[in-house]
Amino acid sequence: MYKINRENLSALFQLIAEKQELYLPVNVANQVNFAPWTEDSNVDLDILKTVKSPKDVFFPQSENLYTVKKENKKYVIKQEELKSQEFVVFGMKACDVQAVRVLDNVFLSQPVDTFYQARRNHGTIVAMACNEPEESCFCKVFGIDCANPLADVSVWMVENELFWKATSEKGEKLTEQVKSLFTKVDETEQNKIETVKENIHNIVEKLPYMNLSLEGWDGNSTSDKFDSELWEELYKPCLACGTCTFVCPTCQCYDIKDYNTGKGIQRYRCWDSCMYSDFTMMAHGNNRTSQMQRFRQRFMHKLVYYPANNNGMYSCVGCGRCVDKCPVSLNIVKVIKSFHNKEDNK
Amino acid sequence: MQELVNRAKELLADGTVTRVLGWKSGDLAYNPEPAYFETDDSLQNFVYNGFCGANLSKYMITASKLEGKTLVFLKPCDTYSFNQLIKEHRIDRDKAYIIGVGCKGKLDIEKIKKMGIKGIESISGIDMEDDTDILKIQTIYGEKSCNYSDVMLERCHMCKGKEHKIYDEIIGESKDTHDGDRFAEIEKIEAMTPAEKFVFFQKELSKCIRCNACRNVCPACSCLKCVFDNNKFDSQQKANVDSFEEKMFHIIRAFHVAGRCTDCGECSRVCPQGIPLHLFNRKFIKDINELYGEFQAGEDAQTNGPLTSFTFDDAEPSIVSERG
Amino acid sequence: MSVENKKEFKPKIVAFCCNWCSYAGADLAGSSRLNYPADVKIIRVPCSCRVNPMFILRAFEKGADGVIMCGCHPGDCHYSTGNYYARRRMTLLFSMLDYIGIENGRTRVEWVSAAEGVKFSTTMNDFVEKIYSLGENVKLGDLRCKN
Repeated sequence: MYKINRENLSALFQLIAEKQELYLPVNVANQVNFAPWTEDSNVDLDILKTVKSPKDVFFPQSENLYTVKKENKKYVIKQEELKSQEFVVFGMKACDVQAVRVLDNVFLSQPVDTFYQARRNHGTIVAMACNEPEESCFCKVFGIDCANPLADVSVWMVENELFWKATSEKGEKLTEQVKSLFTKVDETEQNKIETVKENIHNIVEKLPYMNLSLEGWDGNSTSDKFDSELWEELYKPCLACGTCTFVCPTCQCYDIKDYNTGKGIQRYRCWDSCMYSDFTMMAHGNNRTSQMQRFRQRFMHKLVYYPANNNGMYSCVGCGRCVDKCPVSLNIVKVIKSFHNKEDNK
Repeated sequence: MQELVNRAKELLADGTVTRVLGWKSGDLAYNPEPAYFETDDSLQNFVYNGFCGANLSKYMITASKLEGKTLVFLKPCDTYSFNQLIKEHRIDRDKAYIIGVGCKGKLDIEKIKKMGIKGIESISGIDMEDDTDILKIQTIYGEKSCNYSDVMLERCHMCKGKEHKIYDEIIGESKDTHDGDRFAEIEKIEAMTPAEKFVFFQKELSKCIRCNACRNVCPACSCLKCVFDNNKFDSQQKANVDSFEEKMFHIIRAFHVAGRCTDCGECSRVCPQGIPLHLFNRKFIKDINELYGEFQAGEDAQTNGPLTSFTFDDAEPSIVSERG
Repeated sequence: MSVENKKEFKPKIVAFCCNWCSYAGADLAGSSRLNYPADVKIIRVPCSCRVNPMFILRAFEKGADGVIMCGCHPGDCHYSTGNYYARRRMTLLFSMLDYIGIENGRTRVEWVSAAEGVKFSTTMNDFVEKIYSLGENVKLGDLRCKN
């Protein structure tokens, strides 16, 4: 285990960025999102949640798949190149790391999504513990320990020092690259991390959502949840905007579109949202014709369909971004609770 | 607040209305949601406090199509949107029973969080009855406090006044929280050089994730199918693949509501990335006021809007380059 | 911009012309053998009022360096009042483009009647000249259309 003083972090970023691309939370016009590091980036490591999750780094909101051009009366198809350079994502939180595992189950199972796979193979994740989780967090519900993020490297901010611990081969490799800036940590100092973890656990216990019960939500609950009349009531305030799905670290639906450049076609894919009217629109029409059905899809997918296909793993990680950002304060926690209340009243 | 609940119960009981459109208390200190109530029982969850910023006028489009009358609670600024929707024949006045509720400015939780207040358990001073200018916020790190007016929504600093423009009855006192110049920001931008303007907007708009919240919450955006939802349309509504698309979307969004936008500020309130979307709408309002005479959309439900009328001696478009 | 660059730059200019006046004006300019640059591509519209603000933005998206809209003189609209509405719309749109930092010379509205072949030709010459001086439109195009 190593440590580095907070003041030297920019030197660390510089050193990492010399060898590979570095993504980390950057403040642009008062909002913090993951972005590539440059010398004049306004890095914000104290932020708990970036507005958008870092899933962009592996699964961008839009990416080109291929381009078709007409050259000498022949159509030429050029596939977009796969990511071939190493990169580092610094400061992902435990929930976001778990979200990447959720995405892995989708994109890395057969048939493998090669664009995603290439990014995953070349990315090194430096995960950071959350010193001050907030009232909208509920990662513990999904068995995530925000004091102990596990990826390629785990880091903790302890007062004015950053503690660094490599936990995988990729992590070791990155550590070798930047070791010159670190000092070694002896055993007594390692206890400092234990204190930090304990503090975090104490905070977690005080947060209102952390002990939410998921009883009744699993891969086998399709029949009693799907037809519930509660959906009709729950969806009503929903504006049908895509905020919840676009800030979500695990939403993985995408759409494939063509763009006419005037000289050819660019086929790209972009995130889709189950809240949008053309979600799952096909040639024959749409099989989800009402907003209620689309609204239901989001929660059923996260808490029922996904666990049914992935050994009970939920595709919500409790980051709470949708709780914070929904324009009408509707969210997954309220949905889960409503079903509990309804069952209690029976 | 109890007065509102009691009145709602009375109106439900005597059959004047079949449902109530209001706000339901949330599970945190600051997240009430718009909701329908149909029974006395359900009204126990009714809430009206400083966090009920959501403008309920747009929900009346759906409610107008339902059987029976709907009791709707409107704040003074929401009544402008309501009028505008009547003017556009999107809602049916006869299907609504409007109770104008008092308002002393609505709160912005983002502003509270930006002050570094975290782990919020409860907030006092947000109820209409509370006669205080200080919010007391209980957090897991101890008690914090802040000034009510420091954490008000941007739009409340530009309050249009405490007068309800349309109502059946009024319950509660309102406060005019106007303390800023609505066009000050616009003038500041207008004074920039083209390069500065471009950089400013590029920076703000690059944050846009095309969630369409600004469009979907807007009471003036009431098209059944938005032009941006057309699947024959090249610029897709789902992602800004190129930086051009965010400009296209935001210019057109603001343009489509020009002359109809009441400046209710919902777009800026809901933007997850905190883009000051009102800067677009207010620019149009400012231009309209300067070129075609003062106009406030939603002031009444009859007057023709500035883009659906004209005079013979209107300014020529070249005025844009002439005024420098 | 250096002199050599200026030579290379060939502007693309879109002109929306109303069917009843300006398009006929362009016709007259042609049959009167008046010159105007080939950089101007005319799109005929039934009335200046048909021009949706999105048409203008779309033209820029696909690579236009300047967009000009021509219609009947105020008072002479074939549909009586179309150009009055168009005038207000374009004023607001141009003002917005100026506000977000697009050079205001790239957009223009001119009223050209069917009898004004000369005005059409001088207007276009003047506008093309203006676009030459402003150079390529880099702020308001879709990059995907550029390569």
